[in-house]
Amino acid sequence: MVRKRLGKIKGFSIQFLPYSEIRGLDSNQRIRKILNIVLGNNILILQGRLEPEEETRLIGDTMAIIGHVRNFKGVELAVISGNNNEGFFGKVRKNLVSAIAGGDIGAVTIIGPATIVKEIKRNPKKIELLLKG
Amino acid sequence: MVVNAFKNFFRRVFSGLFRGKRELKLGFYGPPNAGKTSLANRICKDFTGEEIGTVSKIPHETRAVQFKEKVQIEYKGKKMTFKMIDTPGITTKIDYEDFLKYKMNKKEAKIRAKEATQGVVESIKWLDDMDVVVIVLDATENPYNQVNLTIIGNLVARKIPVLIVANKIDLRKASIKKIESAFPEYEVVGISAKYGKNLEEFYESLFKLAKEA
Repeated sequence: MVRKRLGKIKGFSIQFLPYSEIRGLDSNQRIRKILNIVLGNNILILQGRLEPEEETRLIGDTMAIIGHVRNFKGVELAVISGNNNEGFFGKVRKNLVSAIAGGDIGAVTIIGPATIVKEIKRNPKKIELLLKG
Repeated sequence: MVVNAFKNFFRRVFSGLFRGKRELKLGFYGPPNAGKTSLANRICKDFTGEEIGTVSKIPHETRAVQFKEKVQIEYKGKKMTFKMIDTPGITTKIDYEDFLKYKMNKKEAKIRAKEATQGVVESIKWLDDMDVVVIVLDATENPYNQVNLTIIGNLVARKIPVLIVANKIDLRKASIKKIESAFPEYEVVGISAKYGKNLEEFYESLFKLAKEA
């Protein structure tokens, strides 16, 4: 049954990237690395998250590529982060861990090409990755 | 990032000396078709008699940043002057085929898609220059959208005051509560830009926010 449903989707893979792979990179290199993976028809699951300014630049760079790379229509993006209502000490602990690790490694970033990922539906209780058939 | 923080710090120190006299840059940000231009039009029409741009049901109607300078808003005897900046909707994907269902031919759809992508880039570039930002969200849509979270995350990092507007509350599907629970740290004002509903509360919140800038 599952095989029959997935049978229509062709030519993509899921790649996991540990945070250690981008920790030492500057913003340009991080974004280039992520977009190269996504442009290769891969859904990227990145441990951690980018800085807010890098996330925005990723959107901007994605827009700049549309029209220049054949069949590229953008990305679907979601960052799954911890609970924001964790109180003062929770925030201090989180910031301390982030400072030691060099980034927010408690988060997970999912990025996929819009030609494959139709939508990433999220609400406080679940996240659904809807793929194009 | 450090340069931006310094820039913002000095801007705030110097601008504080001239508070009340200067023109605050008020940006309207949000996803496509949330009603940014409708709200900006409503304000401009009320206080200048002119609109800022055209609105349409077709997404990405605003594909370039539009301005209206020296808009003096008067509320309960107080006056504040703003430079209104209406920005194209920010998104992570644009497919020209989505425009074909709006009776557009392929060529027109491709041109619109190209202009829309450039508009998003322009919107992002302008983020740094804002004094106050109103995030306009469609109250009938799921607010847990990464674009919304990313824009707000950026504004927080740049220490730019943010007001969230839940637009289209005239529609039955609208839910202000959903937006409030998605962004518990921010003030959310429910309005209908189309019918001018609850704008008093919006101006009250805007004036409060502008004092922080």
